[in-house]
Amino acid sequence: MSVVDRQEWDVVVVGAGGAGLRAAVEARERGARTAVICKSLFGKAHTVMAEGGIAAAMGNVNSGDNWQVHFRDTLRGGKFLNQWRMAELHAQEAPDRVWELETWGALFDRTQDGRISQRNFGGHEYPRLAHVGDRTGLELIRTLQQKIVSLQQEDFAETGDYESRLKVYQECTVTRILKEGDRVCGTFCYERESGRFFVLEAPSVVVATGGIGKSFKVTSNSWEYTGDGHALALLAGAPLLNMEFVQFHPTGMVWPPSVKGILVTESVRGDGGVLRNSEGKRFMFDYIPDVFKEKYAQSEEEGDRWYEDPDHNRRPPELLPRDEVARAINSEVKAGRGSPHGGVFLDVSTRMPAEVIRRRLPSMYHQFKELADVDITAEAMEVGPTCHYVMGGIAVDSDTAAARGVPGLFAAGEVAGGMHGSNRLGGNSLSDLLVFGRRAGLHAARYAAALTGGRPAVDGAQVDAAAAEALRPFSAEGPVSGGDDGRPPENPYTVHQALQQAMNDLVGIIRREPEMVEALERLADLRLRARRAGVEGHRQFNPGWHLALDLRNMLLVSECVARAALERTESRGGHTREDHPGMDRAWRRVNLLCRLADPTGGPAATDPVRGQIDLVRETTEPIRPDLLALFEKEELVKYLAEEELHE
Amino acid sequence: MSSSYEARFRVWRGDVGGGALEDFGVEVNEGEVVLDIIHRLQATQAPDLAVRWNCKAGKCGSCSAEINGRPRLLCMTRMSVFTREETVTVTPLRAFPVVRDLVTDVGFNYTKAREVPAFVPPGGVGPGEYRMMQEDVDRPQEFRKCIECFLCQDTCHVVRDHEENKTAFAGPRFLMRVAELDMHPLDAAGESGLDRRRTAQDEHGLGYCNITKCCTEVCPEGIRITDNALIPLKERAADRKYDPLVWLGSKIRRRSPGE
Amino acid sequence: MATGTEPQPKSSTRGGVRGGTRAAISAPHLRTDRWWLAPAATAAGLLAFVVYSTWRAFANTDYYAAPYVSPFYSPCLAENCEPMRNGPNWEIFGSWWGLSPALLVLIFPLGFRLTCYYYRKAYYRGFWASPPACAVAEPHRKYTGETRFPLVLQNMHRYFFYAAVPVAGILTYDTVLAFRDEHYAWGHMGLGTLVFLVNIVLIWAYTFSCHSCRHIVGGKLRHFSKHPVRYRAWQLAGRLNARHMQLAWASLISVALADFYVYLVASGAFDDPRFF
Repeated sequence: MSVVDRQEWDVVVVGAGGAGLRAAVEARERGARTAVICKSLFGKAHTVMAEGGIAAAMGNVNSGDNWQVHFRDTLRGGKFLNQWRMAELHAQEAPDRVWELETWGALFDRTQDGRISQRNFGGHEYPRLAHVGDRTGLELIRTLQQKIVSLQQEDFAETGDYESRLKVYQECTVTRILKEGDRVCGTFCYERESGRFFVLEAPSVVVATGGIGKSFKVTSNSWEYTGDGHALALLAGAPLLNMEFVQFHPTGMVWPPSVKGILVTESVRGDGGVLRNSEGKRFMFDYIPDVFKEKYAQSEEEGDRWYEDPDHNRRPPELLPRDEVARAINSEVKAGRGSPHGGVFLDVSTRMPAEVIRRRLPSMYHQFKELADVDITAEAMEVGPTCHYVMGGIAVDSDTAAARGVPGLFAAGEVAGGMHGSNRLGGNSLSDLLVFGRRAGLHAARYAAALTGGRPAVDGAQVDAAAAEALRPFSAEGPVSGGDDGRPPENPYTVHQALQQAMNDLVGIIRREPEMVEALERLADLRLRARRAGVEGHRQFNPGWHLALDLRNMLLVSECVARAALERTESRGGHTREDHPGMDRAWRRVNLLCRLADPTGGPAATDPVRGQIDLVRETTEPIRPDLLALFEKEELVKYLAEEELHE
Repeated sequence: MSSSYEARFRVWRGDVGGGALEDFGVEVNEGEVVLDIIHRLQATQAPDLAVRWNCKAGKCGSCSAEINGRPRLLCMTRMSVFTREETVTVTPLRAFPVVRDLVTDVGFNYTKAREVPAFVPPGGVGPGEYRMMQEDVDRPQEFRKCIECFLCQDTCHVVRDHEENKTAFAGPRFLMRVAELDMHPLDAAGESGLDRRRTAQDEHGLGYCNITKCCTEVCPEGIRITDNALIPLKERAADRKYDPLVWLGSKIRRRSPGE
Repeated sequence: MATGTEPQPKSSTRGGVRGGTRAAISAPHLRTDRWWLAPAATAAGLLAFVVYSTWRAFANTDYYAAPYVSPFYSPCLAENCEPMRNGPNWEIFGSWWGLSPALLVLIFPLGFRLTCYYYRKAYYRGFWASPPACAVAEPHRKYTGETRFPLVLQNMHRYFFYAAVPVAGILTYDTVLAFRDEHYAWGHMGLGTLVFLVNIVLIWAYTFSCHSCRHIVGGKLRHFSKHPVRYRAWQLAGRLNARHMQLAWASLISVALADFYVYLVASGAFDDPRFF
C-alpha cells in the first residue's frame, strides 16, 4: 500500500462547529497541540443555522432565573430521561460560557441597561436565550472562529508559524478512528479537494460532528449531517445511547419543494407568532398534555397577555416543547385541517407591525421573501415538521465527555447523547456545544498530557485497511465480497434517496411496529446496494465518491435509530409510537445502547434481523436527591416509577 | 402555470489545467433555485460535478459562484428570475484559483482573516461585566451579519482584475472586519498600542478601494459595506492621516478623537 | 493542505480573471444584462453637465435678472460682477480679475462634488471604467486606487464639505432675496423663487447627506450612547446618506436648471411669471 502522510498532534478534534471549535480553543489553551478537521470550509459549520439563541440562566431579563430553574426545564423537556449530571453541569456552566464569548468579541443584543438581552423560547420558564436577532448560531461560530484565529496570531507572534499549535484542516473527512488495542491513536482522513489520504496521530480524539438528519428526506440539516461521528464511534467500539430520540422541529418550510424542511425559527413563536389550521383555529390549545396543564394558558386571551405580563399569566401553548408542537401539527394535517401544501399556518403578520417583524426576524423575513415569495409581514407562513436534531448519541461520561469504553475518545455537541434526554429544548443545543465542547477539550488535553509510558502507535495495517475501504467505490464494478449477485453498480445518489425516503416514511415522526420492521429490511437491502455504489471520475473533489463513503455512516446510524425505536414500546419526547401512545414510567429508567454487532463487517451485516447493531438495555443511574428536590412531588409522580420515588 | 420545463444550462467544468463551458439540458420544477439544478445534474448526468454547498438556505455562504456573469449564491438564486428560453451560465468564482468545476481555492480570504488583529478585551472588565448599549452595538452587528460567502472579495476589481494587489489589499470583507472592531464599543486595541484606523490604510490597503460599490451590490445579506463600513473607515483613516485639524485638536485636548 | 492553509501559488501578475490559476474562461465577463447602460448613462449625464457648466461659467453674461442670481455666480467676488442690490457680490478680488467671476467660486462646489464619494464611484465607473460594471473586467493593466498622488487627495473631501457649507448658506441667502420682485420690493414670489427654493432644499439635502458630514456629526464616535444629540444627528445624516446618489443627481440637475432659468430670464427669452 502507498505511504500515507502522517502528522502528530496531542488532540484531534473532528468537526468545526460550535462544540468542535470550543473544544479546540480549550485544548489549545491547556497547552495541547490541537488539530481541527472538518468537512466544510472553516466557519461554515451547521451551527450557523441555529437561529433562536443560547439558553443560559443569566437572569438579565427576569432575575427569578437561575441554574436550578434551567435544570428543571431541561429535565421536563427531556421527560426525565436526561443524563441528569449533564443537565446539571449544563445549567450551571452555560452563563459563564456565554459571558466568555463576549470577551472574545461576540456582540449579543442588549437590554436597556446594557447587559445581554434574553428571549423567551419553548419550554423555558423565563426569558433565557441570549441572541443576536435570529442569527445567533452565526455569531457563535464567527466568534469561535475569530478566537481560533486570535490564538493562531499569538502562536505566530511567538513561533513565526500560525499553525504551530492549532491547525484547521478544512474540507477534510475522517473515515476511521484508529486504535492501538483499546486506546485511540489517531484518525484516518482524506482531503476532499485532492482525494489524498493522510493520518493524524493523536492519543486524544474529540468527536464533534453533529447530527444525522441527512438520513431523512425532510430535514433542516445540511449535507454534512450524515452521522459521521456516530458511526466513527460505533466502529471504534463505543456505544451509542438512546438513538430512537430524533427531534422533529415543528416548523420547517413546506413549500416550495426544493426548500422543504428548511428551518423556521422558534423565535417566531417566542416573539408572538401563532399556529392556526385551515379553519383559522389556534389548535394548540387542544394539545396541551396533562403533564403541562398547569404551566400553559388555557385561553387565547391569557396566552396573549403573557407576552406583556409573563409574571401573572401563563404562556401560550405554541411554546410547548418541540415534540408536542410537532405532533400536534402532524395530527392537524392528518385530520385534513392542513394548509394547501401540507402544513399549518404560522402567523406573525396579524400579531406585530411589519417593521417590528423585519427588525426582530430579519433572516426569516429574508428567507421567505427570497425562497418562497411570501411576505411574512403580510401573510401567514406555511410550516410543518422537519427532522432537526438527534438527542441520542455517543454515550459519554457526564463530567469528562469521554466516550464509554474507548480511552482517548471524547464526544461533545449533538453527536454526544444523554444531555437532552428524549427531547431537547430550543436554545439548549448552543449552550450544550459550549459547555461540553469546553469539557471535552479540557479532558482530552489532560488525558493526552497525562499519558505515561509512551503514546499509542498507529499500525500500518489499519491504515492500509482504511485506505482500501475508502477506495472501494472506485472499483465497484468488480466482484464485491459479501453478496455480489450480479447486479450493476449503484448510483450513490439513488441509494441515498431511497434511504431518506425509507427513514422518513417508516421511522419518522409517528412510528408503528410493522413499519419499523420493514425499515430494517429495507436498510439491509440498502446496505447491499451501498456496497455496490460506484463512482465515476477521479479522487479530486468528487462529490459522488464522498457520498458513497458517507452512505456507510448513514446506514449504520439509521439502523441504530430504527432498532432502538422498535425496542422502546412507549411514546416519550422525540419518539412517538402510535401502537404505544402513552409514556411509560417503567421505561424512564431504561437507556438503550447500540453497539456494533460484528466489528469485522462480516455476513451478519446483510441479515435484516441481525443487522450490524446489537441493542442492550441499561438501567439509568438514579437522580441525585437534591436535584429531585427541585421538583414538586406531584410533578415527579407523573414521570418517575414508584420505586424511584421512595429512594 | 405548468410546473416543470427543460432549461438550458452551461456549466464550467475543468480544473487548474484548463476547462470549458459544458452544455446541459435539465429539468426545472416550480420554486427551484440554481443549486437544485446543479444537484439534479449531479444525480442524473454528472455525478462528479464538484460544487461547494452546505445549508442551502443562504446562511453559510458556501455555494458562491457566478451565474450569467454575476457573483451570487447558488442557493439563493431562484430559477424564476430567468426566462425559460434563457441559457443559464454557471462558472466558479473568477477572482480565485480554480480547484475543480465550480469549486475555487478561497484561501486568500483565510490568509487575510489572519492578518486582522483580533478583538482586544478591555482590561479590568471580567466576563459577565461587559455593558454595551444597543445603539453602540448596532453598527458592528450589521457587519457581523456577514456569512463570509466572499462574493464581495470575488467581485472587487482591485483583486479580481489585478492579481498583484492581493498581497497589499485585504478586500471588502476584511476591511469591514477592521471597521467592525474599530466600532466595537469595548475594543481596547488603542490601549494596547494598535491604531486600527492607521493600519486600515497602511497594512490592509484601504486606499486601494475606490468605493465603486460592487461589494455592496453583490452582498447577499444586504450589508451596506461601502456606505457603512468602508467609507466610515476611510473617514476615520483620514482623521489620523490627512486631517491636521483633528490631529491638532487631539494634541491640544489630549484625548482620542474617537471619543 | 486544503484551501486556506497554504500560501497562494504565485501566479502570473497579468490577465486578472484570465490569469494563470483562475478558471479558464476567455470572455472578460459573462454578464447577459445591459451592464453598460448605467456607466454610459452616468458618463453622458456628467458630460452634459460639464459642457453646460463650462459654457455658462465662462460666458460671463446673463447671470443676473433681478431678483435672481445664478447659483454659478454666487457669491460674486470680483469688481466686474453685475450689481445686485443686497446680493452677495463682494469685491474681494477687486478689479484685476478679468475673467468670469464664476470661476472664483465654482471651484468650491466643484471640488466638493469631484471628491464626493458618490461622484467618485460614478466617474471611476463611467469615465475610467475602473471597473465599468461589477464583474466586468477593467481594461487597465495596473491599478493603485487612491493610494497615490493625485487620487490620494480624495481624502481631502471633508475640507470641501467645510467649504460647501458657506456656499450653500449664500445660495440660501439668494433664495431669500428671491422673495422680492424685480424692483426689490419684498413679499413677492415668482416661478424663479420656486425654482430657487427647490434647488436650495436639494443642495442642503445633498450637502448633509455627504459621507464626510455623517462622519463629522457623529460617525467618528465610538459610543453613541454617551452623545445622544450627535447620535440623532448621525441618524438623520444616515437617512439622507442612503439617498446620496439620488440627491447628488437631483441637486446637480436643479442647480443647472436654476442657472438656466436665470439665463432665460436675463437674456429675455422668457418672462418670469409672478405669483404675487
